[in-house]
Amino acid sequence: MIVDKLQQLGQKSIAKIQGMGRATIMLFGALVAWPTPRKSFPLLLKQLYVVGVLSLLIILVSGLFIGMVLALQGYTVLSKFGAEQMLGPLVALSLLRELGPVVTALLFAGRAGSALTAEIGLMKATEQLSGMEMMAVDPLRRIIAPRFWAGVISMPLLAMIFTAVGILGGHLVGVDWLGVDSGGYWSAMQANVDFQQDIMNGVIKSAVFALIVTWIALHKGFDAVPTSEGISQATTQTVVTSSLAVLGFDFILTAVMFGG
Amino acid sequence: MSDILVDIQHLTFKRGDRVIYDDMSMQFQRGKVTAIMGPSGIGKTTLLRLIGGQLKPEQGKILINGQDIPQLNRKDLYKARQKMSMLFQSGAMFSDMSVYDNVAFPIREHTRLPEDIIRLMVLMKLEAVGLRGARDLMPAELSGGMARRAALARAIALDPQLIMYDEPFAGQDPISMGVIVRLIRSLNNALGLTSVVVSHDVNEVMSIADYVYVVAEQKVIGQGTPEELRAHPSALVQQFLQGESDGPVPFHFKAASYSAELMELAK
Repeated sequence: MIVDKLQQLGQKSIAKIQGMGRATIMLFGALVAWPTPRKSFPLLLKQLYVVGVLSLLIILVSGLFIGMVLALQGYTVLSKFGAEQMLGPLVALSLLRELGPVVTALLFAGRAGSALTAEIGLMKATEQLSGMEMMAVDPLRRIIAPRFWAGVISMPLLAMIFTAVGILGGHLVGVDWLGVDSGGYWSAMQANVDFQQDIMNGVIKSAVFALIVTWIALHKGFDAVPTSEGISQATTQTVVTSSLAVLGFDFILTAVMFGG
Repeated sequence: MSDILVDIQHLTFKRGDRVIYDDMSMQFQRGKVTAIMGPSGIGKTTLLRLIGGQLKPEQGKILINGQDIPQLNRKDLYKARQKMSMLFQSGAMFSDMSVYDNVAFPIREHTRLPEDIIRLMVLMKLEAVGLRGARDLMPAELSGGMARRAALARAIALDPQLIMYDEPFAGQDPISMGVIVRLIRSLNNALGLTSVVVSHDVNEVMSIADYVYVVAEQKVIGQGTPEELRAHPSALVQQFLQGESDGPVPFHFKAASYSAELMELAK
């Protein structure tokens, strides 16, 4: 009994590690190549649109609402201590350090990551990847590479937009609705937000999340069992795995950046 | 230049523990249509993938123009692939591009020709398969037969030496079947291609092939021109050609004695 369980555990671990190995090989195959800007730039541009620009709406709306909720919740607590003027830093720091990068990554995994997985999985199932290979065009460079860079470039930008809109949302609720002083909102924020410590660390976080989410999404699609069931599983796995990975890495990064 | 374009020598290929091919050899003559027939599930598509270098054999050589495909490094393999093309069963059209862009894809990828020349080439290829009028359609708007013809236009876009057809007749209505039969033959002659057709549609294959291999039980069980094959002594070859339900390939899957099993129930 115990031996069986141990064996199963071992098999599962080996399968996981093999999967990681395949993912690494895939990424290497896609990225290690002579750059050919004439061909790759238009492909990248198209993917930036699909992955980045089309995710804008959900990012804008979510950012606005999260900023508004933060201000609302923050105000009720702060006002008890007569510290309403600290609402600006509260909203800005929460968004810059945590919510901006993390929520953007989670939304990105749901919006763009799942789409990438399903697209590539279907390309595999309909033999488009195989066909491309037989036409002497490497699908890793033609399909995977532009999508990877598009994800890595667009997610930090989306996180910045999310944060900016969130701060405006906080202003909308805190200043325009609840009556916090507008000058106080901005000046307290300016005094308490540090460029290196808060803004840059947030950007680094979202760059790391971008890499993780895009990589997982592409690998799950590329490695999908080419059936309808396989693709649906792969899409689910993309959202679940990358969300968990984002939260896990967020803890590690937070501990390193702000822990000491 | 030898007469043989593709020379497969002593090919052994396994999938897991299952032996797909065991010491199999075959040759495809330059400029001819060679057919590979056999029951479903014997790995005919696998053979095409082996020739295309997408799979590696356990043992044996696959020589194309004297180059051993499994031994090539990545760069040479991609170079060799530029001279061959494969028509997949599904067509494998890129669903995010129009028919025109699909056919232009290999030209744009491998040459730096100006767009007006590419346009001429694409229109010529589409005209050859009768789909010049469908150039602005998306693959999803094509019927199965049209998708396969469009894929054929893409496969011949760069005038390959070797073209491999994976089950080109499967799931086609009689008219599109006739069209594809005609296209395979006429393109082979007009473009000086070497064609390999993998199929189990006996009549269609026998009508266009110059030479036929019948593959079963991991090896070649019969070969020859269609006439020679019709007179082949092997009972298995005859069963396959005639489409008889029982013979050397039994109708019944391996099982214990029928009467014994029925009697067991009665007890």
